[in-house]
Amino acid sequence: MVIHDALRRALDAEQPVAVATVLAGATPIGGKLLIDAAGVTTGSLAAGAATAQIVADALALLQRGANEVRRYEGGLEVFIETYPAPATLLVVGAVHIAIPLVAFARTLQFRTVVIDARGAFATPERFAHADELVHAWPDEALAGRLTANSHVVVLTHDPKLDDPALLVALPSAARYVGALGSPRTHARRLERLRAAGVSEAHLARLHAPIGLRIGGQSPEEIAVSIIAEIIAVRNGRTGAAPS
Amino acid sequence: MNDVLPAIERWRARGDAIAVATVVRTLGSAPRGVGAKMAVSSSGAMAGSVSGGCIEGAVFEACQQAIATGESRLLHFGVADDEAWDVGLACGGTIDVFVEPLR
Repeated sequence: MVIHDALRRALDAEQPVAVATVLAGATPIGGKLLIDAAGVTTGSLAAGAATAQIVADALALLQRGANEVRRYEGGLEVFIETYPAPATLLVVGAVHIAIPLVAFARTLQFRTVVIDARGAFATPERFAHADELVHAWPDEALAGRLTANSHVVVLTHDPKLDDPALLVALPSAARYVGALGSPRTHARRLERLRAAGVSEAHLARLHAPIGLRIGGQSPEEIAVSIIAEIIAVRNGRTGAAPS
Repeated sequence: MNDVLPAIERWRARGDAIAVATVVRTLGSAPRGVGAKMAVSSSGAMAGSVSGGCIEGAVFEACQQAIATGESRLLHFGVADDEAWDVGLACGGTIDVFVEPLR
């Protein structure tokens, strides 16, 4: 249970880790080594000289979030599985669509953060299922917390709230930035963001109108199209049907 | 792991022994990716999956064995597409599953 408990603690703390398991070629079969992002290990594999290489391979796989069987000298076979820090969905605007969106995102193992300065919207009653509820202006709430694991969805429909969020999110490392609004709303938004000095390269990152085109009408259907678009981006796909 | 962890913790809390099965290698069209997990308790409960349902029965049995013997095993499933129904792997492809008692 030592490795299992260490893994559980790392997952709870949202720290990235890898686990190497002996499949063949060393005793015992099933021996485990847990490796954290700094290369610090827990447990042992009886893998001798191969251990250093296993740790190096685990760190490389952790970067990519990949799981693989690797072979080493002497018929040693090791399964390396990785647990990158969880993807985060940050929803700006605690509107109706945000409620099913947070539910779907949690099912898909995203950490969910809902941001809205308006207390009537961002209530614990409406968002009991969110991991975090932030009562703050979106630019303040987003500043400093966006990484390559972040996915930002802007839903307020109000330029006073949407624009400051986008001004922080677009130049950030965030993997996905999307904003709700009709093509006309979006055209006006692009003009404002350009005037505010956002580069064309950063504007091109914006997914708007948000979501895959599945004809969604209800808040739940629109939430499906948004989360589907995020999955497509994570997988390097467009979301179009295979031709 | 995240999808089976809550069940594992529940089973541990009530004193069950547990085995975990993990997809470690796939070839061809496999329904679940490498790293997919299924957990089984000594009282017969099950969480997660290692395929689209085609091999869960056999893996469940292997998990019960692992709990009983304390030994880990690498299982191999799969055949050519036209024979696939005979062994229950309707999707074709091959799947290697590592079954281990949680300890």
